[in-house]
Amino acid sequence: MHWWFPANASSYGGDVDRIFYVILYITGAVFLLVEGGLLVFLVRYRRREGRTAAYVHGNNKAEIVWTTIPAVIVISLALLSQKVWSAVKDPAHFPKDAIPIGVHVKQFEWQITMPGPDGKLDTDDDIFRKNEMHLQVGRDYAVRLTSQDVIHSFFIPAFRLKQDAVPGMTITAWFRPTRTGEFDLACSQLCGTGHYRMEAKVYVHSAEDFARWQAAQAAGGVATPSAAAADTPRATGGMAMGHSGAMR
Amino acid sequence: MTAAAMPQGAGLHAGHDDRPWIRRYVFSTDHKTIGIQFLFLSLFFLLAGGLLAMVIRWQLGFPGTPVPGGSILPDAMAPGGVIRPSFYNALVTMHGTFMIFFAVMPLLTGVFANYLIPLKIGAPDMAFPRLNMWSFWLMIPAGTLALAGFFVEGGTAAAGWTAYAPLSNSPLYTGVSAGQVLWCLAIVIFGASSLLGSVNYVTTVINLRAPGMTWMRLPLSVWALFITAILALLAVPILAGAIIMLLFDQVLGTHFYLPTGGGQPLLWQHLFWFFGHPEVYILILPAMGLVSDVIANGSRKPVFGYPTMVAAIGGIAFLGFIVWGHHMFVSGMNPRLGTTFMASTMLIAVPTSIKVFNWLGTMWRGNIHFHVPMLNAIGFLSMFVIGGLSGIFMAATPVDMYIHDSYFIVAHIHYVLFGGSLFAAFAGIYYWFPKMFGRRMDERLGRIHFALTFVFYNLTFFPMHLLGLGGHMRRIYDPTQYPFLAPLQPINRFISVSAFLLLTSQLPFAFNFFRSLFRGERAEINPWRDNSLEWTLPSPPPHGNFAATPTVYRGPYEYSVPGEVEDFLPQDRPARAAAEAH
Repeated sequence: MHWWFPANASSYGGDVDRIFYVILYITGAVFLLVEGGLLVFLVRYRRREGRTAAYVHGNNKAEIVWTTIPAVIVISLALLSQKVWSAVKDPAHFPKDAIPIGVHVKQFEWQITMPGPDGKLDTDDDIFRKNEMHLQVGRDYAVRLTSQDVIHSFFIPAFRLKQDAVPGMTITAWFRPTRTGEFDLACSQLCGTGHYRMEAKVYVHSAEDFARWQAAQAAGGVATPSAAAADTPRATGGMAMGHSGAMR
Repeated sequence: MTAAAMPQGAGLHAGHDDRPWIRRYVFSTDHKTIGIQFLFLSLFFLLAGGLLAMVIRWQLGFPGTPVPGGSILPDAMAPGGVIRPSFYNALVTMHGTFMIFFAVMPLLTGVFANYLIPLKIGAPDMAFPRLNMWSFWLMIPAGTLALAGFFVEGGTAAAGWTAYAPLSNSPLYTGVSAGQVLWCLAIVIFGASSLLGSVNYVTTVINLRAPGMTWMRLPLSVWALFITAILALLAVPILAGAIIMLLFDQVLGTHFYLPTGGGQPLLWQHLFWFFGHPEVYILILPAMGLVSDVIANGSRKPVFGYPTMVAAIGGIAFLGFIVWGHHMFVSGMNPRLGTTFMASTMLIAVPTSIKVFNWLGTMWRGNIHFHVPMLNAIGFLSMFVIGGLSGIFMAATPVDMYIHDSYFIVAHIHYVLFGGSLFAAFAGIYYWFPKMFGRRMDERLGRIHFALTFVFYNLTFFPMHLLGLGGHMRRIYDPTQYPFLAPLQPINRFISVSAFLLLTSQLPFAFNFFRSLFRGERAEINPWRDNSLEWTLPSPPPHGNFAATPTVYRGPYEYSVPGEVEDFLPQDRPARAAAEAH
C-alpha cells in the first residue's frame, strides 16, 4: 500500500521533496520536544497535597532563547525554499529552449495542444488532444495555461507541480519529466460540479517512442480524439453527475 | 488610570432588576444575556456544521452509496440517498461557512468577549449596550439566510466558503443562483454584526476599566479579545466590500471579477484573503487568551512572561495583515511576491512559539490541577502545536506547490480550528459555565467527553496529512475517480468512521450541558479559586454586575504567592500591608 508521495518524476521534484524532509525533521524534533516536555511537566508537576507551585513570573534569558531559535530556523527555511521556488516559478529562470505546450482548460476538460516535429505552437503540424498530454523524457516543457470559464488548477502530483489556470490570464509553468511512464493530471481547484472528474493523463515517452508517436500523428492516425471522451461520466457505482445541462 | 464610567442611559443598579421578561431574556442589552444568546446560537450552528461534515465524510468514505437516512433528501440533493456532486459542493461550502462564520467566530468572540470583558475589567456593562443587542439580533437574519439556501431552487452556495470568483459569479458555472446571493447577503449581515460587536469590545476595554485595572493588569483573555476586535474592525469591512462587489456581479451585471468585462478574478482572492488571514487569527487569538487564563489557574502559577505574551498577541495580529498572499502561491500571482509572503509567513512562527513555550513555562514547577477546563486547555496546547508546525510546510513555497489545495491543508486548518479553537472553546464553556448559569457541569462526564473527543479528533484529522501527501485534492466528490488516489481509499474510510465517532463523542457534552443547566450542582462564587474580578460576583452575576465599582490592586495571575495562606490572590483584595495599616 502506497501512503506517501507518488514517486517523483520531474527534474525539480527531488528538490521539493528535500525541503519537505528538512521541514519534517525540524518540525518533528520540535514536536517531540514540546509534546515530550508537556508530558513530563504534566506528570512531574501534577497536583500533590502540600506542594506549592513556584512563584515565577518569567525568565528573560529563556524567552530570548526560544524567540531567537525559531527565528533563525524559519529564516533559514525561507532562504532554502526561495532558491527552489524561484527556479521553478520565476519566469526569469525558465529554461530558454523549453518546448511550448498549450493547455486551455474549461469545465471539465483539458484541451492540450502539443507542437509537431517543428517544435513550435500555432503551426500546421500542432497536435491537439483532450485530456491527454504526450511528452518526451528529459526535455524541458513550458505549459501555457489559459482558462475559458473559471479557475482550474493544473496539478501533476508526480512532477510536484501545481499552477492555477485563471480566466483572463496566460500563465506559464515549466517542467522536465525525468522518467517514462503514465502519470495523472488532476484539477486541484474547485471548479464546479464536475471538478472531481477532471482527470487527464500525461504520457512520458522515451525519445524513440515519442518520435514514433509524433510521426503517427503527422500521418493522420488518431489526431482528433472523440469529444465524448471528456464528457462521459466515469461512474463508480452510484450516480455520476448532477445538473449537467446547466453547465455547458 | 481609567475610572469606571457608567454607560449613559443604562441606569444599571446591580441586584435590582425590574426589566420586563422580554427585555431580560430576549431583546436584552445585558452583555451576559447576549453572551449566553450567542452561546446557544453558536452551538446550534456547530451541530449543523458537524452534521454536514458527517454527510461529506459518508460520501468520501463510501462514495456512491446511499447515505443512511438520506432518502428523506429531495432528488435535487441526493436521489435515492446518493449524494449528487452538486450537493457535495454545497455541503463543503456550507460546512465551512457555518463553522467559521456562525459557529467558531461567535463562539469565541460573541460568547466570551460579551460575557467576560465587562466582568473581567470591572464594568457594569458594555460601552454600547444597544449596539451589542443588535450585534446578536443581526446574527438571526444572517443565520436564517445562510440556512435558507438549502431550500431555494438551484440549491445553496456551492463555490466553497472562499467563494472564488468567477465560479461564484454566475449560475452558468455552478447551476446555483439564488443560493449564492443568499450566501452573500448572509455574510454581509454577519459582517455588520461582527463590526457592531467589535466596536463595542474595543471601546469598552479602552474606557470602562475599573480603577487600578491598568493595561498590564488585564487578563490575557481580555487582551486577546481586545486585539481580536481590532483585527475584525480592520478586516471585516474588506470582506463586506468584496462581497458587495460579488453581489453586484451576480445581480447587476457588473464585472469586478469577470475578465470578459475587464475584471480580475485574482482581485477577489486578494480581497478575500486580506480579510481571510486576519480571520484565522480572529478565530485563534481569543482561544489563546482563554487558554492562558485556564492554564495559569490549572497550574496555580503566574503566566510565564506576561509582557511577552501580550507582545506576541500584538505581533501575531500585525503579521496577520501582511501574509494573505500565502493563500495564493500557485494562483498566478507574481512568484516574487510569493517570496515576500513566504518570508512574512515564516515569521509568524516566532510569536507563536513564544506563546507555546510560555504556556509550557507556566506549567513548569506548577501544581497542576487536572480539572476539565484544564484538560481541554492542555488538549488545545498539544493540538495547536501540530497545527502550527504543519503551517510551516505550507509557508515554504516549493512544498506548498505540492500540498496546496490538498488534504494536508484540510488537516492543518482542522488542527488549528478544531484542535485549537474548539478545544479552547470547550475549556471556556466548562470554565465559565458555573458563572453563567450558577450551576456546575458534571466533572465525570466532562472527562469522558474530553478523552473521547481527543482520541477521535486525532484519528479523524491526523490521517488527512497522509492523504494530502498522497496528493489527495480537497473538495473532490469522489476520490476513487483518480487512479493515483485509489490506494488511499482505506484511509478515507478510516477517517470517516472516526469522524462519526467524533460526533458521537459530543453526546456526553450535550447531555452534560443541558442537564447541568437545570440539575447541575449549585455553583459557589469562585469554584476554580481564580483571581479575576468575575469570580468575586454571585453566580450568575446580577444585572449591572458590581454593586460597587471594584478597585484593582494587581494582575490576574497572582497564584501561589509566598506568604499567602491560599494559593490565589484576587485582583480586588487590598494588599495586606495596606489592610493592616487600617
